[in-house]
Amino acid sequence: MEEKYKKVAYYPGCALEGSGHAYNRSTKAVGEKLGLDLVEVKNWNCCGAMEVKNVDPKLQTYLSSRVMSIAAKEMGFDTVMAPCNGCYHNLKKAEYDLANDPDSVGVVDRLSKKAGHETYEAGEIETIHALDWIKQAIGEDGIRERLENSLKNLKIANYYGCMYTRPRHIFPEKDQGPDSESTTQPHFMDDLLAAAGAEIVDFPLKTACCGGAHTLSDSDTSTKLVLNLLRAAEASGAEVIATECPTCHSGLEMHQVRAEKRFGVTTRVKILYFTQLLGLALGLKPRKVGVHENISDSMAFVKDKGLA
Amino acid sequence: MRPLGDIEARIDRLGGAAANPAADPAAAARELLSLGEDVLEHWIAARGGTPTAARREGFRLLALHRQGAKGEPSFNACRETCRELVYHHNLITMDPGHPDTAGRLAMAALVANHLYLFVSGKMEVEQLGEFCCSSRPLHANMS
Repeated sequence: MEEKYKKVAYYPGCALEGSGHAYNRSTKAVGEKLGLDLVEVKNWNCCGAMEVKNVDPKLQTYLSSRVMSIAAKEMGFDTVMAPCNGCYHNLKKAEYDLANDPDSVGVVDRLSKKAGHETYEAGEIETIHALDWIKQAIGEDGIRERLENSLKNLKIANYYGCMYTRPRHIFPEKDQGPDSESTTQPHFMDDLLAAAGAEIVDFPLKTACCGGAHTLSDSDTSTKLVLNLLRAAEASGAEVIATECPTCHSGLEMHQVRAEKRFGVTTRVKILYFTQLLGLALGLKPRKVGVHENISDSMAFVKDKGLA
Repeated sequence: MRPLGDIEARIDRLGGAAANPAADPAAAARELLSLGEDVLEHWIAARGGTPTAARREGFRLLALHRQGAKGEPSFNACRETCRELVYHHNLITMDPGHPDTAGRLAMAALVANHLYLFVSGKMEVEQLGEFCCSSRPLHANMS
């Protein structure tokens, strides 16, 4: 197991302070239960999300670099963990830009000086996702050793979304052999939840588009894409879709409701963060991992499964 | 080219018929693969290209996807969907008598439907998938 991942800088990002609050709560609760130390990045800012990135990619590179600069240079960390796929992706993209694009290096240096902090340089910190964090710091055996409440009665489809693996070249640590994550068939969430006792079903749309970015501008397209994901999960036998991104999670929950209202199609599959499921398996109470904060009501389901 | 609306209806019908034991599952799987190709032909033609007749790894669908993603990296958001459609096609056609065939065919229809929804959505809103892969600004930076 990786000792260095046992204490990492924590970058929750904006979504985890809002719509993804339950993900924030469950990530912290699971970390505490596992004896892992999360130290929140001081005075962190938005990673640049989709809005800034699509208008001015170099400004997004700067915004993400500032987070890494604080974590590395002011706080002395060599690893920053971002549970949100968007933040994780953007920090990785900034890292790639700063290693490969001299123009980006120039822009980041100019803006950092203007903002009054040290300029981040590529390679000063490693960005990891919450999946990497638990997989590398605790691992499947570590999860099995700590199980208090096996998920053995649960059939789970794992949904990774698009940004966790794309584009491939900003994730050089992936596709490096059996112990590394795969960009085409990601499996870290499968590994961890299987270790917690769950039955993982084959889910062919685990990295397919949910139309997340168009949830407001073209809601029907998003609803249809999500509805198809939900139907595929149900067809695969899943009772739960496990998520690892607040945007995906909110989209699945909201469009599940909207699909019923707009198209009259009801799906029953539950949507829970993987950290909520792991927390339950580790013996945490549903409220401790924020199950009551999800849009879709899973409290009764969790109780029925003997996990409360 | 077969109109997009017809493609959607046909995918829906094949998915609905998946549980019918009298149907020919291998023929249905081949048709779903062909419908996937039709969807990608629309994307390529709409962008002024001529859909390739070539095959990649033995499948025209994968060659069409590669062609469609040229200059449009966010189109890679449907790469795995195409590969899953090929995978399900192979599962069904190589062993149509398998007890799981009805389920596999239903899943193949859902995968084909996802491809249809993504591509038809992207033809209306070009940026669909761009947030997710966000490859356009990244590649624009590199060029």
